[in-house]
Amino acid sequence: MIRGKYLLPNGRVLRYSFHERMIHWTAAVSYLYLLLSGLAFWSPWLYWIAIVLGGGTVAREMHGWFGLLFSIAVLLMYGMWAKQMRETPADERWWAQIGHYIRNEDDKMPPADRFNPGQKLLFWGFFVNGLLLLLTGLVLWFPQYIPWNLRILRLASVFLHPVFALMTIALFIIHVYMGTAMERGAFGSVIRGDVSRAWADHHHHSWFQQVLREEESPAKTSGD
Amino acid sequence: MSQASTEIVRISGHAGSVPGAGLNREFTVCKLVDTTTCIGCKACEVACLEWNGYTFTETSFNNSYQTMPETAWNYWNLIKFNEYENEDGNLMLLMRKDQCMHCADPGCLAACPADSAIVQYANGIVDFQEEHCIGCGYCMTGCPFNIPKFSPTARKVFKCTLCNDRVSQGLEPACIKTCPTGCLHFGTKTEMKELAETRAAQLRDNSGYRNAGVYDPSGVGGTHVIYVLHDATNPEAYGGLPKNPQVPLMVRLWKNPLKWIGNIGILFGVVGVFVHYLRYGPKVVKEDEKHGGTA
Repeated sequence: MIRGKYLLPNGRVLRYSFHERMIHWTAAVSYLYLLLSGLAFWSPWLYWIAIVLGGGTVAREMHGWFGLLFSIAVLLMYGMWAKQMRETPADERWWAQIGHYIRNEDDKMPPADRFNPGQKLLFWGFFVNGLLLLLTGLVLWFPQYIPWNLRILRLASVFLHPVFALMTIALFIIHVYMGTAMERGAFGSVIRGDVSRAWADHHHHSWFQQVLREEESPAKTSGD
Repeated sequence: MSQASTEIVRISGHAGSVPGAGLNREFTVCKLVDTTTCIGCKACEVACLEWNGYTFTETSFNNSYQTMPETAWNYWNLIKFNEYENEDGNLMLLMRKDQCMHCADPGCLAACPADSAIVQYANGIVDFQEEHCIGCGYCMTGCPFNIPKFSPTARKVFKCTLCNDRVSQGLEPACIKTCPTGCLHFGTKTEMKELAETRAAQLRDNSGYRNAGVYDPSGVGGTHVIYVLHDATNPEAYGGLPKNPQVPLMVRLWKNPLKWIGNIGILFGVVGVFVHYLRYGPKVVKEDEKHGGTA
């Protein structure tokens, strides 16, 4: 009776496709390496992490390669999510009610689309900072190719690369907390891909209603 | 510590006095380069290569006597040549032996993230410990003199050691040893500073170089390689010697306010989400009849 892209035969709702999950975890694993090796170079007190990651020389080299992998994953995310991440006028009302969201008074929140405004902020925060990290990171990766009279690029990168990294760390802490501890069911959705109907209705009401309209009405045989 | 250029103060399990302890010897070494008596023979370049075990590499010709545009990872000592017209309209062939300046406040060391990769000895020598170097090149950015150079084969950074291995054995650096005109001197910082000032005064009083002076830049806390220049007001003419070298502001900002702001921010974030969990707990969605349960 129920057939479609999102409504699964077992009564659950597909939240993230296999394609989306793969890209998410490519970004996640590469970011984790970047974060740990980056922290090793950030403070002498954390330098031991570099030893765990294969030694200072290896960690320094791999930081660049994982950075490239992360950049590719973020670009792919842009390709598949940018449209759904666009801000809408309704987002402002959501942000105005953010206090309720923090206090878990979700019934007082305006309904969210496939991605709520907080998720949109996470996405754009990682996209913009990721791009800036790539640019400054390339300078730091190959300082020997930046001539002495363009030294300002190296100096700026030495300072700005950790600034952009700190921005992503702020987002990362909130993202991991919400995805694992705070929003029960969210972690499963990015592992197995599906959520319960109640979960979809609760957290992404507008999106779920649209899915129901498109996939439960017998008139429509949504191909896509 | 791979090199033993430190004086011994105490010895474990040792009967009697410590040999050499209590000798009131100034332990700060210094190299003096008198550019006014350098003849550009490049013997110091050769001595440096020989002592440090490097072979001759390809040189480049750029309408000058200079061996190559700048020092290289395996060419630590380079005389920079400059044909310079002074304010009296006279042509001067300026020659300055370029090498690591061994700053008292080294920018390379401030920028380096690798444990023990750069050490500063009590005698003033700043030395790279390549076995700890991770090849990130931050020292190249931190140095105001463009001295540390990256080796693509070793994937590590190298520079002049001020012949730390020789100095620790009571010898003078190889470049000093070989200099045929005596324009290179080696001794304690106080002695060299005195000698340099004497020479500068001589140049001012007897040779007509009104602006002669000593280059020992205070922006990096003074250096353990100092120059006598015919014109100390224009060090840039000597192959780009910076007028007021300093540990770059960006490196300082990164190491001081940014690091603490970042650490506090990260800590605040982690504690913040934990406290949030204690206060508000998770968002749990009830599986109700309307949605047909979990399935």
